Amino acid sequence: MESAYLDHAATTPMLPEAIEAMTAQLGRVGNASSLHAAGRRTRQVVEESRESIADALGARPSEVVFTSGGTEADNLAIKGLYWARRAKGANRILVSAVEHHAALDPAHWLGDRQDAVVELLDVDEFGRVHPQTLRTAIERDPDSVALVSVMWANNEVGTVQPVRVLAAIARDHGIPFHTDAVQAVGQLPVVFADAGVDALTLSGHKVGGPMGVGALLLARGVDPVPVLHGGGQERDVRSGTLDAPSVAGLAAAVQTAIARQAETSARLAELRDGLIRKVRAAVPDVVLNGDPVNRLPGNAHFSFPGCEGDALLMLLDAKGVECSTGSACSAGVAQPSHVLLAMGADAVSARGSLRFSLGHTSTEADVDRVADVIGMVVERARRAGLS
Amino acid sequence: MRLRVLAAMSGGVDSAVAAARIAEAGHDVTGVHLALSANPQSYRTGARGCCTIEDSRDARRAADVIGIPFYIWDMAERFHRDVVEDFVSEYAAGRTPNPCLRCNEKIKFEAVLDRALALGFDAVATGHHARLVDGVLSRSPDEGKDQSYVLGVLTREQLSHAIFPLGDSTKAQVRQEAARRGLMVADKPDSHDICFIADGDTRGFLENRLGTAQGPIVDESGEVIGKHEGAYGFTVGQRKGLHIDRPAADGRPRYVLSIEPVSNTVTVGPRSSLEVTAIVTERPVWNGPVAEPREPLACTVQLRAHGEVYGCRVQVSGEEVHVELDAPATGVAAGQAAVFYLDDVVIGSATIARAA
Repeated sequence: MESAYLDHAATTPMLPEAIEAMTAQLGRVGNASSLHAAGRRTRQVVEESRESIADALGARPSEVVFTSGGTEADNLAIKGLYWARRAKGANRILVSAVEHHAALDPAHWLGDRQDAVVELLDVDEFGRVHPQTLRTAIERDPDSVALVSVMWANNEVGTVQPVRVLAAIARDHGIPFHTDAVQAVGQLPVVFADAGVDALTLSGHKVGGPMGVGALLLARGVDPVPVLHGGGQERDVRSGTLDAPSVAGLAAAVQTAIARQAETSARLAELRDGLIRKVRAAVPDVVLNGDPVNRLPGNAHFSFPGCEGDALLMLLDAKGVECSTGSACSAGVAQPSHVLLAMGADAVSARGSLRFSLGHTSTEADVDRVADVIGMVVERARRAGLS
Repeated sequence: MRLRVLAAMSGGVDSAVAAARIAEAGHDVTGVHLALSANPQSYRTGARGCCTIEDSRDARRAADVIGIPFYIWDMAERFHRDVVEDFVSEYAAGRTPNPCLRCNEKIKFEAVLDRALALGFDAVATGHHARLVDGVLSRSPDEGKDQSYVLGVLTREQLSHAIFPLGDSTKAQVRQEAARRGLMVADKPDSHDICFIADGDTRGFLENRLGTAQGPIVDESGEVIGKHEGAYGFTVGQRKGLHIDRPAADGRPRYVLSIEPVSNTVTVGPRSSLEVTAIVTERPVWNGPVAEPREPLACTVQLRAHGEVYGCRVQVSGEEVHVELDAPATGVAAGQAAVFYLDDVVIGSATIARAA
């Protein structure tokens, strides 16, 4: 049975361009830090990759810091900027309540262990941070704010944040602003220079590149304290031998995805709207979560009253539909999503939610597969939910 | 017939092999690990018991090796209410509960089975060591591992949706098979004791829940010969840990004869006073191939897990079931299950209320 893969927000298939670039480099020797010919050849690959990523995202090559992925980039931005600013007396960290755990948890760790005061920025029912919320939080004591971190678009409900506006508020007070743009790159126009942010996280495997590689775009003059110390690679901010094959794959993916972004987004939004329409037709009381307009083109996130997300997921999996409850599970037990709770949902409806996320390989047939089975699956999950 | 089977996978070797067998038999199997604690212990604590992260990973890895889908079901709330709280309140009432049996009755073959049936499964398979053929439950060939006792409380209806794929195997065979199948749990130690009391200190656990309440330890004449910190800490038949400083007149060891929760009194006496030949039981379940015995039925009875088996005559009398033992039994504790057998076949069970 061919399955309908609708979990692109978890990971999306690698683009052929990325596979080609990566596999070509896998067969070559050379450490980009070495001075001999093999080192120079590898450095050539790495620096061309850096330049093409910078070009695709409206950044300067020197602003691209390669990391092992989105989680490391978020950790570097939040811990590194906090430590740098802490030295100057600032200790408040302002993060949105709907951040990914890769941003929330470093902030809370700093709060628990490193004297940070973590303040969560409230969101509205659609998951949006209002500019006034940030302004009020900063103005309580602007000098004490070490950094602000608000994601570009939410990984669960797809809501797009007014990042430019928020970043401008932070900038007015000279506070560094980080944004986790892991879900946005490739699906939305992301231009680093225009966004006015100081640091931006991206991940390879969410844009059709390999897993295990990502980058933090760091504006000039923004110098976080390193998390990884060692050989001084990457502006001395992130030590470690560069993974040249992955970097090449990442660059090819970013370049390809960004070149096709407008076209892909339009196509995904149309498929996604069809999915929403068909799910509503089959399950009239379904609730669409997230911002109805300002959302990722590939995201459809629903709550199904009377159902448990786990049961829906299992039944859909058995019918060849692969999606996600979108919630974190540390020991495997699904907790109600902190994103939905922050948006005002109660724990019960938060548990009855599913995320369908479309990507570059999604087709009408995938949507139809969901439409064919969702009614029956919801009915069955409801029976189990009430038992 | 190809069945849709939910295989409950604890992360141990038995349930892994059970799932593998049922999948190999051609059924459509889904592995499910039951998360029974709201606060799972992590690796770091080094605790071994139910629902550690390590166990759920072991279960998932086994499911991946077998090649079946795997999910975790959160049963923490039900488990806490129906097993842990029940355990505490039974002790508080002076009875001796068996939480494993309760878990089979209320969690695996009620909460999980009901949910499974609603989701379209036909049956629940577990790694219990017991035979189940055409709805008839009987002992495992591995005497030391036989778990028919803790399954004896299941109704015919529950058994009709149960599959015990290890029914004909010994534990040693199961371990060998796990190794042959490449299941990494092959040499994982057996679980013992009560899964939700990770350190094995039942009395400490109960003290923590129920607090201490000093009361008298009396002999059969009612004379106070010692004191205790809470009657719930005792089980009928218990000999150790009485802390009586006065020796018995005859110099023989003393045993707990009864526990009276209302007056918080523990009565002790010689072994001979522990002997019981007639038992009153209640809340019977008749799940075997014979009808409930309106007339005395000669059979055997087991009065606790891995306990001795006694010849007996059993008869239903109103709400109760009267059990006449052929030979005296000791350590018959209220709250434990009496499971009735004809040879190795389970015919029913009931909860021990009192000695007659």
